[in-house]
Amino acid sequence: MRSFWSITLATLTKDIRLEWRSKDALNAMLFFSLLVVVIFVFSFDPLAEESRHIVGGLVWVAFLFAAVVALNQTWARELRNQVLDAYRVSPAPANALFVAKVLGNFLLVSVLEALMAPLFVIFYNLRALGPAWQLIPVALLGTWALVVNGTFFAAMSLRTRSRELMLPLLLFPVSIPAVLGMVAATTNILTGENSAHFYIVLLLTYDVVFTTACLALFETVLQAE
Amino acid sequence: MKRAFPILAVLTALLLGYAFYQAMWVAPTDALQGDVYRIIYYHVPSAWTAFLLFFINFIASVQYLANAKPSTQRAAKWIVIAIGVIGAIVPFIPQVRQQLPTGMYPSSIATTVLIIAGLYFLVGRYFPGQSLDLLAVTTAEVGVVFCTIVLVTGPIWARPVWGIWWAPGDIRLTSTLVLWLIYVSYLVLRRFSDSAQTQKLAAVLAVFGALDVPLVYFSIWFFRTQHPQPVIGGGGSMDPRMLHVLLISWMAFLCFAFLVCWSRYGLEKLRREVEEAEALESLLEPADPSERTSKGRVPLSRGPQ
Amino acid sequence: MRASEIPAAVGIISVSNLVKQFGRFAALRGVDAEFDAGKFHVILGDNGAGKTTLLRALAGLAQPTRGTVSILGKTPYDACREIGYMAHTSMLYDEMSGMENLRYFARLYDIAGDSRCEQVIHAVGLDPELSRPVGQYSQGMRQRMSLARAILHDPKILLLDEPFSNVDVHSAREMVGLLKGMSDAGKTIFVVTHQAVLLEGVADEFVWMQAGQIVDRTNHFATDSARAEEP
Repeated sequence: MRSFWSITLATLTKDIRLEWRSKDALNAMLFFSLLVVVIFVFSFDPLAEESRHIVGGLVWVAFLFAAVVALNQTWARELRNQVLDAYRVSPAPANALFVAKVLGNFLLVSVLEALMAPLFVIFYNLRALGPAWQLIPVALLGTWALVVNGTFFAAMSLRTRSRELMLPLLLFPVSIPAVLGMVAATTNILTGENSAHFYIVLLLTYDVVFTTACLALFETVLQAE
Repeated sequence: MKRAFPILAVLTALLLGYAFYQAMWVAPTDALQGDVYRIIYYHVPSAWTAFLLFFINFIASVQYLANAKPSTQRAAKWIVIAIGVIGAIVPFIPQVRQQLPTGMYPSSIATTVLIIAGLYFLVGRYFPGQSLDLLAVTTAEVGVVFCTIVLVTGPIWARPVWGIWWAPGDIRLTSTLVLWLIYVSYLVLRRFSDSAQTQKLAAVLAVFGALDVPLVYFSIWFFRTQHPQPVIGGGGSMDPRMLHVLLISWMAFLCFAFLVCWSRYGLEKLRREVEEAEALESLLEPADPSERTSKGRVPLSRGPQ
Repeated sequence: MRASEIPAAVGIISVSNLVKQFGRFAALRGVDAEFDAGKFHVILGDNGAGKTTLLRALAGLAQPTRGTVSILGKTPYDACREIGYMAHTSMLYDEMSGMENLRYFARLYDIAGDSRCEQVIHAVGLDPELSRPVGQYSQGMRQRMSLARAILHDPKILLLDEPFSNVDVHSAREMVGLLKGMSDAGKTIFVVTHQAVLLEGVADEFVWMQAGQIVDRTNHFATDSARAEEP
């Protein structure tokens, strides 16, 4: 058990170190996130009455696109020199690698969200009419939902043609209940019209179910040639 | 078996014709919707057929994954038996019985669970080894076709009756849409995958899809309680004569689905046999260098050196 | 389909009726062989003969379509601590230095501390202090560091795929010397190479492959150099 977490930690710190050294990918992703927000601002008039009701959806769609860009490069470094084979051949448990990658992606997507959220608040003059603190569990659970399945399907896409296209293709259908939950919860909190409680429970259930499924099946996916 | 196919095909055609006649002329006109409602005799049976096929795909996928190791195979069997036993007994316990929504009888729940468990063992018995995967791919493809019919007939029905093509809060239609998306992505994965373990990856995706469906259902169900939406397809009870025609229609659709699955299954089996034979044909030939250069088989895409 | 466990003598590596299919292409068409532990085997053959696939099957990276692989009585998956694998590519992170790479892989093998990493880097003739990222190494240095990674956990069996490709003569000779030392110490070594002449006198056996099968096994390379020159 100790070696599982030490391998996870070693992999995570290695990934952070590598990401930090070649900041190009990170910078490009940050800029992409900014662009997505700007496009939305031009497409959905911030001054309109309806904006408060749809902005929950806008925010999460923007997060989703940013997440896909981040997720697509999850395994890029491992593929470059067949490092993934070195991992497969070692006695290290597959799930240690998976958990490390999910945590790394979670951090990365959270950074992107931390950039985009204030921009939305500014452009759309957002104020939460409901309990604003509830946005934190929604953001955490929602991001985890996208990232845990995204990392898993990114691994699945490794063995396919059109890898970058396969990831969203596999991820989006399965993520629909989570997206519905995130959007509805955020909208309810912002408009204050309804309770977000059920959706937070839904997201929690989703996260538990799919994290378990991913952990149970990741080794199968990793060992597929 | 081969002779049975044309006979079954004719019977199915007759049954479909009979169902059509019943749907269009014999079934009574609906009091509220008029004759437009008759599309239900295609919409609902397609849905039931699609769900049945997808469910069989789920069972086949789970078994395929479980069969990878003898230990997981045994574990899966015991889990299914446990589910069957629990599902057959629990609905009858008084405390649980009280919690059940009206219209849901303990006996129907018990029967459904037992059928599910029975289906698991039936599939395992009649589709050993690789044929599980053949069953999975067949049911996925045919299921997607029927699911498409549901998604096309749904809006066609909704428009004249409700004035809208689509209601996002309609639980059944939206769940069907998500199911369709999941299985289309399943088929795309199969098509695009270069892996030698494509079958396992697809089975994994089917399991994820199956876990997703109840969550979709609940998320939309709750969404609807906060934002009431029109229900396409209506709720409530049905005139017994309409139900009768509906069941005839479903029977015809099931026979048709069975026929299509059968031929698709046979086709896929043949295709795989040809592929294997082609790959191994040189096993029978001598490893002669001159012969080899004249054959000069260069792998075009796959196959590392 | 994982290679099932057929009881085999613990001291050998055996392959039984091994078939590996990639769609319509069969890379291995029924390979049957037993290899004694502690020996140095060189695998030769034209491109497409199945050498890399056989090596990957031994490493547990390629699941057999049919047949079994037994490494010292276990499946490759279970024997992973005893296997060291080196591929065409370096299997290292280009952006990290050699020492940083090895430190990470040492964690995967539960090896604590830096001493083993330094020892192994010295053994392949490189400098542990070198902070240059591996991506900037010359090919010879990269191959040596890749070998260091493969022997880091002191495996009983080494599987090396083209370790001398694009490597200068001096580095190649040094690597051969290192491998000979390890073979003398009792390790089992499998090398796939097009430069078998480097291993004449060092290797115990030359295994010839063609069209997905083993066609011959000899003790010397030179006497069969006529065969090696056939088109």
